[in-house]
Amino acid sequence: MTEIAQLPVRITAERRAGLASSGLGVVVAALFALTLVCGQGCAPLPEVAAALLGRDVPGTSFLVQELRLPRALLSLVTGICFGLGGVAFQIMLRNPLASPDIIGISAGAGTAAVFAIVVLSLDGPIVSLVAVLSGLAVALAIWGLSSGRSAAGARLILVGIGISAMLDSVTSYMLLDAQAWDRAEAMRWLTGSVNGARLDQVWPVAAALVFFGGLLAGTARDLDILRLGDDTAAGLGVRPDFTRLRVTLAAVGLVAFATAAAGPIAFVAFLAGPIAARITKGRARLPSAAAMGAILVLGGDFAGQFLLPVRLPVGVVTGALGAPFLLCLIVRANRAGGNL
Amino acid sequence: MTDAVRLEAVDLCAGYEGRRILDGISLRFLPGRITSIVGGNASGKSTLLRTLARVLYPMDGRVLLDGRSIHATRSRDVARAVGLLPQSPTAPEGITVRDLVGRGRHPHRGIFTSWTARDTEVVANALNLTGMADLSEREIDTLSGGQRQRAWIAMALTQETDLLLLDEPTTFLDIAHQIDVLDLLVDLNRMRGTTIVMVLHDLNLAARYSDHLVAIADGEIHVEGTPRKVLTESHVRAVFGLESRIVTDPVSGGPTMIPIGRHHSGRAEKATGTHS
Repeated sequence: MTEIAQLPVRITAERRAGLASSGLGVVVAALFALTLVCGQGCAPLPEVAAALLGRDVPGTSFLVQELRLPRALLSLVTGICFGLGGVAFQIMLRNPLASPDIIGISAGAGTAAVFAIVVLSLDGPIVSLVAVLSGLAVALAIWGLSSGRSAAGARLILVGIGISAMLDSVTSYMLLDAQAWDRAEAMRWLTGSVNGARLDQVWPVAAALVFFGGLLAGTARDLDILRLGDDTAAGLGVRPDFTRLRVTLAAVGLVAFATAAAGPIAFVAFLAGPIAARITKGRARLPSAAAMGAILVLGGDFAGQFLLPVRLPVGVVTGALGAPFLLCLIVRANRAGGNL
Repeated sequence: MTDAVRLEAVDLCAGYEGRRILDGISLRFLPGRITSIVGGNASGKSTLLRTLARVLYPMDGRVLLDGRSIHATRSRDVARAVGLLPQSPTAPEGITVRDLVGRGRHPHRGIFTSWTARDTEVVANALNLTGMADLSEREIDTLSGGQRQRAWIAMALTQETDLLLLDEPTTFLDIAHQIDVLDLLVDLNRMRGTTIVMVLHDLNLAARYSDHLVAIADGEIHVEGTPRKVLTESHVRAVFGLESRIVTDPVSGGPTMIPIGRHHSGRAEKATGTHS
């Protein structure tokens, strides 16, 4: 009897979670379209569609193809990368504070990129490569410094926050000394921005999304089993260390490539997972966090361009959104432990 | 009958971070039997179970599953043959009984294959067998300790292994729930022929519920055999450093151990004195 009575509850709960997940997808599509349509004055949707299809619409074609499409695409892929990379770390370390932007992996990628631009005078794909390798190196360093029996614990997060602060100060120092034109380019590494996005910035991130996102998707079930604890997971045929290695590699790859293209867009990796989990009641974590990441970047960029009295880069908007959330989480975590 | 033995330890040495805890353990677990591993704290019984379950790598020696070293077998293949219920396992927050139990299907599923009707059936059977069907939509955190343990056992059942290893499945349970869990394990053993190997703290429950006892002391097997053979006053003294009397359990007819302790030794001596 009880089973019969409870069945409808389960179905509605699942349907609601399913609806919420697909709702996130719809919001992503809407924000993407909004970014294409709006600029200095809005172009009508049919004209935008025509321009996208390659037809020559006077005025609109240039705006859409050269300015807005790269911007929308870059926002979309970096948002997805940050969302996935963040939630993967949060699930793996069972702590919402453990996202790559809090524990210094984004900062590592950012500092290295600034170093490459300002000190080594590099540009283009090499900067991305340097950023990715440094992100990995920082991840390894945090791992090493916090190793011991409780690598998943608070120790890793504290070490990461310390490293993050150190790297941020290095970035600021290098920017103080930089040439004016380098500084403009390097400024994006402080907060993150999709201003002046170009299509050739989008492709490496998209490729990283396919490769590392695929790796993460292939590991998702093992990662889920790992939440039952290492021993139980091992009993179910999951190799805990190997799984953590794959997840770390995938998450660092995603975050570092996204950071290399758009800078460490503040708090997107950190916020996407927990917000998505709240909306979908904890189901379908990876896809909903990916969608939420895209929503934060697309929405934050739109707000920064049009909804606020001054034009701000997306990282400033998401940063303003994330800081109170971080505070709230730290206060709550002391009372009841994280829930991701 | 060597070929009937599915799980076997050969000269097993294991431990943590260079510290050797198990020293040359050789054991055979006969199919369809219930074996309990008993011993004092830090005697190495959990280490033995974790090494048997492939969680821990041995420093020396081998664990054989059907004659093959399990540490050289793919973890997924081992997980289809041997189920493990670790000591006080942790469930993710907010997970329902049904979702937790379904996780036991993991070794049978591919990376992207979807949930099948058979998976649903296996989960439903496990829920019924453990009496958890009515609670299947409840969150684990809202259950009592005994119900929680049943849920974990149900999860191990959906793994469909005919070998089940359990590390102190009765810890933190009151005596009624301890009996409840052990009865459930005997049900599984009788109905499905599941071979059960468990670490148990309580000597008397181990003697009552097992076909075979293995007593571990200082990382070595002190004695193994039927409860009648293992549960003697001299073995209890050697393994636990405890003075005791062994009497016949009026319910099962098997041996049961009465500890003496410092404050009651006089009366016990007197009682045995008058009888002899």
